Amino acid sequence: MLDGRGSVKRKLGARLWLSGTWLGLMAVLALLAPWISPHDPLAQDLFAGRLPPFWLDGADPAFLLGTDSLGRDVLTRILHGARIAFSVALIAGLATAFVGSLLGLLAGYMRGWVDVVISRLVEIWMAFPPVLFAILLIAVLGTGLTSIIIAIVVIDWTRFCRVVRAEAMNQSAMDYVSSAIVAGRPRRDILWREILPNVLPTIVALLTLEMGIAVIVEAILSFVNLSISTDAPTWGGMIAEGRTSIHQAWWVLAFPLGVLFLTVLSFSQFGEGLKDRFDPVLR
Amino acid sequence: MTAFLTVNNLSAALHGYEQRVLRSVSFSIDTGEVLGLVGESGAGKSMIGKAILGILPSAVDIIEGEILLDGQDLEKMKPADRRRLIGATAALIPQDPLTALNPSRRIEPQITNRLVDILGWTKSAARVRALELLNEVHIDNPERVMASYPHELSGGMRQRVLIASAFAANPKLVVADEPTTALDVTVQKQILRLIRELQARHSTAMVFVTHDLGVVSKVCQRLSVLYGGKIVENSSVADFFDGPKHAYSRALLAATPKYTDPEASLLPVDEAVIEAVAAEVLAADREWRHGG
Repeated sequence: MLDGRGSVKRKLGARLWLSGTWLGLMAVLALLAPWISPHDPLAQDLFAGRLPPFWLDGADPAFLLGTDSLGRDVLTRILHGARIAFSVALIAGLATAFVGSLLGLLAGYMRGWVDVVISRLVEIWMAFPPVLFAILLIAVLGTGLTSIIIAIVVIDWTRFCRVVRAEAMNQSAMDYVSSAIVAGRPRRDILWREILPNVLPTIVALLTLEMGIAVIVEAILSFVNLSISTDAPTWGGMIAEGRTSIHQAWWVLAFPLGVLFLTVLSFSQFGEGLKDRFDPVLR
Repeated sequence: MTAFLTVNNLSAALHGYEQRVLRSVSFSIDTGEVLGLVGESGAGKSMIGKAILGILPSAVDIIEGEILLDGQDLEKMKPADRRRLIGATAALIPQDPLTALNPSRRIEPQITNRLVDILGWTKSAARVRALELLNEVHIDNPERVMASYPHELSGGMRQRVLIASAFAANPKLVVADEPTTALDVTVQKQILRLIRELQARHSTAMVFVTHDLGVVSKVCQRLSVLYGGKIVENSSVADFFDGPKHAYSRALLAATPKYTDPEASLLPVDEAVIEAVAAEVLAADREWRHGG
């Protein structure tokens, strides 16, 4: 295929397609959850507890993926859980990318004392065990969506910072940066208009990876009951509940786990696919 | 007439080291004149060009000497003023056309940025000028090239774009840092002719960094031979090719391959000559240390 400039356009890879479709589908379902969910995610019905999914004996067609031990609809809770997971992924991912990339760009481009301060900070930061760090933070901040997002940003900005710093250093050594300096362009201008566009593919790839990590961290915190409220429909919380009844009702554990797995995998694959496609040098 | 660019006693050293990488380098260039800087790899020829333009690597410090551009001492200026002065009067033709254009930006802004941002041209005036420049460097379809990304152009095309970009603001000084080294031989010749043509038309002062004496004989009026960051001979090109004065220069000239005589084998520079010139550089170092 040729585009307008006469250059060869690469086809969208299968992994970009598959992961993109899954993420798109989940995002739409998450957005529409309050309207398309068959039940109320918090409504309990102890007489309808542990109903199996629709293809098994004893299923109630009103509960497609069955119910948990308190009689709450699994499908409804997965859809509402997607809302929480995607909000965390989007907000925490973007905030982490912003903080980490900004510091990484400054360190890699300005070097000198700025680099020394930021790099030492990263090293100190990374010496803390991340999950413990998160649990401590939540303990201090209190539970809730905002706390989870803050915890993820505080823990994971170093991931962006290190990679973006290295990339900014590579780009700064390129001749086009020298040319821009000779042309009398201000340093700020060189950072934002010359270097940033070349670091952006890396940031995007890391961002999607980070979104997957944010989903996992949120699930972990929910699993240890440090997420939102105890009965809130989170994937991690569902997995934790399902664990206790795995022999009687495997579906309570299996469905949210499968959805979580596919979502995290799709985020990382989507990022890799995007990087391949938008890297100006590989393109 | 005073020289447009004067470099006086310029010395530079790696940050934290006493050993100098540029050793009291002095030369000057008049408007419209081309000075060749020749020497082996590591002789410091590119370093001089970078020092003039203020793009030395951060690990290299200028420890003494002055660089006078249009009568103004660059080392004594405020960084912002120096940036503006260099931006308005000087330009670089870099060595590697593959990394000298930003891969994620189209060609047009890469040529016009300086005109618009530094010299305050309007976008449309800058665009007209860019098209004119691409014509000057003999690019057939400038409109298409302006809309292209660097990876869509060949090495020769990119070097033409870089030359056009260097001459965009009518610079009074151009530093050409081995502009043909990364190109294949057939393209080299065209690019050299092009640089020569633009330099003459704009009567630009030019520092031409190269290791190729054949190129010097075609492009430059004068040359400086460097060894170990020290100028061992300053000469006019005509005198130099009649018979260089310094033993090292003679050895360099003798080591240049002669295309007219395919039977002649490539001769390395005589080791005794190298030892002599190295000793001379070290002697100058001792003298410099006692003096300063």
